[in-house]
Amino acid sequence: MDLYEHQGKDLFDPAGIPLPERAVATTPDEAAEAAERLGGHVAVKVQVQMGGRGKGGGVALVHSPEEAASEAARMFEQGFGGAVVTRVLVERLVDIAAQFYAAISLDRSEGTYLAMVSNDGGIEIEKVARTKPEAIRRVHVHPVRGLRAYHARRLTGHLPVEAREGASDLVTRAYAVLAETDATLVEINPFVLLTDGTVMALDSKVTVDDNALFRQPGAAALADSFPIDPIERRARDAGLQYVKLDGEVGIIGNGAGLVMSTLDVVKQAGADAANFLDVGGGASAEVMATSLEVILSDPSVRSVLVNIFGGITRCDLVARGILEALERVTPQVPIVVRLDGTNAEEGRRILAEANHPRIVPAATMLEAAERAAELALEGVA
Amino acid sequence: MAILVDEDTKVVVAGITGSEGTFHSLRNRTYGTDVVAGVTPGKGGQDVEGIPVFDTVEDAVGAAAANTSLIFVPARFAAEAIYEAADAGIGVVVCITEGIPVRDMAQVGAYLRGTETVLVGPNCPGVISPGRANVGIIPGEICAPGRVGLVSRSGTLTYQIVHELTQRGIGQSTCVGMGGDPVHGIGFIGSLERFEADEETDLVVMIGEIGGDDEERAAAFIAERVTKPVVSYIAGFTAPAGKRMGHAGAIITGSSGTATAKAEALEAAGVGVGRTPTEVAELVRAALP
Repeated sequence: MDLYEHQGKDLFDPAGIPLPERAVATTPDEAAEAAERLGGHVAVKVQVQMGGRGKGGGVALVHSPEEAASEAARMFEQGFGGAVVTRVLVERLVDIAAQFYAAISLDRSEGTYLAMVSNDGGIEIEKVARTKPEAIRRVHVHPVRGLRAYHARRLTGHLPVEAREGASDLVTRAYAVLAETDATLVEINPFVLLTDGTVMALDSKVTVDDNALFRQPGAAALADSFPIDPIERRARDAGLQYVKLDGEVGIIGNGAGLVMSTLDVVKQAGADAANFLDVGGGASAEVMATSLEVILSDPSVRSVLVNIFGGITRCDLVARGILEALERVTPQVPIVVRLDGTNAEEGRRILAEANHPRIVPAATMLEAAERAAELALEGVA
Repeated sequence: MAILVDEDTKVVVAGITGSEGTFHSLRNRTYGTDVVAGVTPGKGGQDVEGIPVFDTVEDAVGAAAANTSLIFVPARFAAEAIYEAADAGIGVVVCITEGIPVRDMAQVGAYLRGTETVLVGPNCPGVISPGRANVGIIPGEICAPGRVGLVSRSGTLTYQIVHELTQRGIGQSTCVGMGGDPVHGIGFIGSLERFEADEETDLVVMIGEIGGDDEERAAAFIAERVTKPVVSYIAGFTAPAGKRMGHAGAIITGSSGTATAKAEALEAAGVGVGRTPTEVAELVRAALP
C-alpha cells in the first residue's frame, strides 16, 4: 500500500525525523488558513500515490494565503496524472543549502533491505544512477541486525561535512520507520541541509507491505483514504484479486499465473483483456457467481472468458456457480468457458445440460482465448 | 533420483488439524507419500486418520523420523513454523502459506543461510516427484513419471503446462513450485543446479512471471553452468506497470521486471521461450533427446 506524502510524514514525525511545519487541507479555504498560520510562504503539494509531482505541476511555491487557495483550487479541480485529488499538503518554505536523496527498500534479489544515499537530490534517482553513479552510496542491511551506525557513516560519507551527522541520524531513523511499520520502501527525495545547518526531510514516499497490515493497524486504517475504481472496490470486498484493464474481454481464472497467461493468450488472439480476476484456490459456486457479476458490471466487456484449471478447485462447482450467476444477472455478452482438471467432465456435462444460450464451451485454453477474442471483436464491430 | 522429495521423504505436516492441513495430508498420503506425523501445539497424542500428531516438530523428528516439513499454518505463525522445522534438523521445508509479511521472510532467509535446511515457498503449491512423493497441493493425477524437471513461480499455470506435457506423453522427474512471493526460498537457480546434477532429468522447464529479476539471474546462470536444454514460459506480457497481478511478487516496478526483458535475457542464454503454454510443451517435445 502506497501512502500519501502526509501520511508518511505522520510516521516520520514521532520517529524524530525533522520536518517543515505543515498542515493538510481538503478545501481551498483550509489551504489559505494553513498558509496564513505558517507565515504565508508555503509549498502547496498534491497528495497522490505517485511520483513526478514536481515536474507535473503538483507542487506550487506560493507567498500568500490567497495564492495558496487558488493553487489548491486548481489542484482539486484538475486532479493529478488521472488521479482524483482530495487533499493537499501545505508546508512552510525553508532555506535550502543543498539537496540529497535517501531510500531504504526491499531488495528482492538479495532477500533483504538496501539503503541508498545520493549527494544529488530532488531529481529522479534512476537518472542519477545513469548519469552520475558515483553520487550514490549503497549498503545492504541485515534484516535482523538492522542499520548500524557504521552503515549510516558509510552512506553519508560523501555528503558535505556539515550535513553528515544530521544525515546519518535521518537515515537511521528512516530505517527504524521501515522496520516498525513493515514498510518495503521509505524514500526521502529530497532531504536537505538548511542554511542554519539543520538536516530535514522535505518529502516522503512510504510503501507498507500489504501482507503485514494485520499487525499494522495504523496503516490498515489508512486504506480507505485512497480512491478506488468502483468495480475494483466491489471485487476487493468480495475477496477477489481484481485489476481493471483497458480491453474488451472479461477474464476469470484461478491462480495468478494462469490468469496472467490467459491475458497474454487473449492478446495473441487479437483482442485485449478488460481485467485480471483471480478467483483463487478452491473457488466455490458463490465465488464464481460474484466474479461473473463483477465482470458483467463493466460496460466495456464484450465477451467473457472463464479459464479454470481445477486442482483444488472443482470444475463441477465452478459450472454450478456460473449457472447460479446467470440466474442473478442477465448477460448481454457471450461467456466462453474452458474447464480442465478436477471434475472437469462433470462440470462440462452440467453446462451442456443447462444449454444456456450465452455459454460457449471450449476444449482448450488456446481455443477458448481465440473464441472469446473473436466474439468480443464481433460485438465491437 | 529426482530432486528435493522422493521415496525416502518422510513428511511432518505443520497445521495438520486445520481443514486444509488435514485435506492435503490425506491426499498426499493417498498419492503414496510417507506422511509420518503432524504437528499442532496442544494436540500432541491425537491422530488424524492414523497420522500421529505431536506438539513440536522435534517430537515428530524423534518419534517418527520426519525429514521434510509441509507447512499449512496461518501467515502470522508461518515464520515460526519454518524456524522450528529448521531447528529440529528438517532438511526440506515446504511452506504453502500465502500472505506472510516480507520482513518475516527476509529474517527467515537470513537465518536459513546458516543452516542445511532448504526452504520451498512460501505462497507455493509444493513439490512433487511423480510416482514417488507429493508434498503439497499439486494435483498428482495430472503428473506422470518421466525425465523433465520443472520449476515455477505459479501454481495453476504449472498445472496447465504439466497437463500439456503429460497429454503428450512427456513425464516429469520433479516439479518445484517456488512460489509467488518477492522473498522466497529455493528459486530458479537452486532448482536448475539440482536438475543439472540429477541423472534422471534430461531437460528443465522454468515458468516465470513479471516482477523482480529471478529470471534474468537464472539466464546468466544457465549460460554459465547449465548443459541440459531449458525451455521457459513467462506470464504477464500484457500486464500494466505498477499493478500487482495477484501474486505479491508479480509487479512491474518502473521499467524493471517486465516479461519482455525476461524473455530476451533467457533467449540470449539459449533458452527456448514459448509464447503460450501449448508452445512450451511443443518446444519441450522438440528438444527432448
